[in-house]
Amino acid sequence: MREISLHLLDIAENSVAAQSHNICIEINENLKSDLLTVRVTDDGRGMNEETAKQVLDPFYTTRTTRKVGLGIPLLKLAAEMAEGGFSLVTESGKGTKIEASFRHSHIDRMPLGDIAVTFLTLLVSYPLIHWVFDYQVIDHNGESYEYNFDDTELKAELGDMPMTEPDILKFVRGMFEEGTEALALQTVN
Amino acid sequence: MPAIKSLEELKRVREEALQKKQMKAAAGNVQVIVAMGTCGIAAGARDTMKSVLNFIETNNLSGVSVTQTGCIGMCEQEPILQVVIGENPRVTYGKVNLEVAEQIMKQHVQNGTPVKDYVLPI
Repeated sequence: MREISLHLLDIAENSVAAQSHNICIEINENLKSDLLTVRVTDDGRGMNEETAKQVLDPFYTTRTTRKVGLGIPLLKLAAEMAEGGFSLVTESGKGTKIEASFRHSHIDRMPLGDIAVTFLTLLVSYPLIHWVFDYQVIDHNGESYEYNFDDTELKAELGDMPMTEPDILKFVRGMFEEGTEALALQTVN
Repeated sequence: MPAIKSLEELKRVREEALQKKQMKAAAGNVQVIVAMGTCGIAAGARDTMKSVLNFIETNNLSGVSVTQTGCIGMCEQEPILQVVIGENPRVTYGKVNLEVAEQIMKQHVQNGTPVKDYVLPI
């Protein structure tokens, strides 16, 4: 994976596979404390203690029987390479919360990448899931900038109109791009 | 920052899309499926998806449903994309980068002719 936003897409795919109804993706770029934290929280079927340990092992899964895949060990490795940390909290039948942190300024921290496309891909591909995307940037002075998206309002307005209709797609893509780009600018200074 | 650009704008966009959709409804059910397992994503499936959505948007292509699937066991062929048109059998493509995705959208999804060079024999 070349971008943290690709990891987020991958981890969210696990949440979808775990039959979640509600999935929340949070991104927090704190330049003041030099920390980038990402979190995916779902209310899917979760894992028992044994499985939760096994998914951290890259050699646990095989191609034919794989349930979770290499995604989790790859994210954990990416975080650890950038002096960060990784945590997985899960309960069978309740859901899973995965969090990875990175030292923001670390040379080996991969870029956050195109989170607008990650959001768009998930929202459009899985219209039956309730998506919440929160992106927060705290600049060097401690000033906070936020983009919060909850799909409830959008879906109520769309009704049975598919999100893959060109005009709707354009609207949603524009919405995510505007929202995330404004924040990403704050991290450059 | 407001989560939605403007609800008024969305209402208007929806009305317009509804009119266009009704006009094209006879074209039959078209489904584009992008494989988004870890293998797919690592190989560039998000770019493939972006290309598909971009084509729909720029060519005003109505009535296409875009979905995903996980790893289908041919990781070396990723990014994988499948096209199902109406009652026709599913066509599976391998190594679908941005450009190939655009070609498939144009030639197969829009005009009904599969792009033979990238079809996987399954």
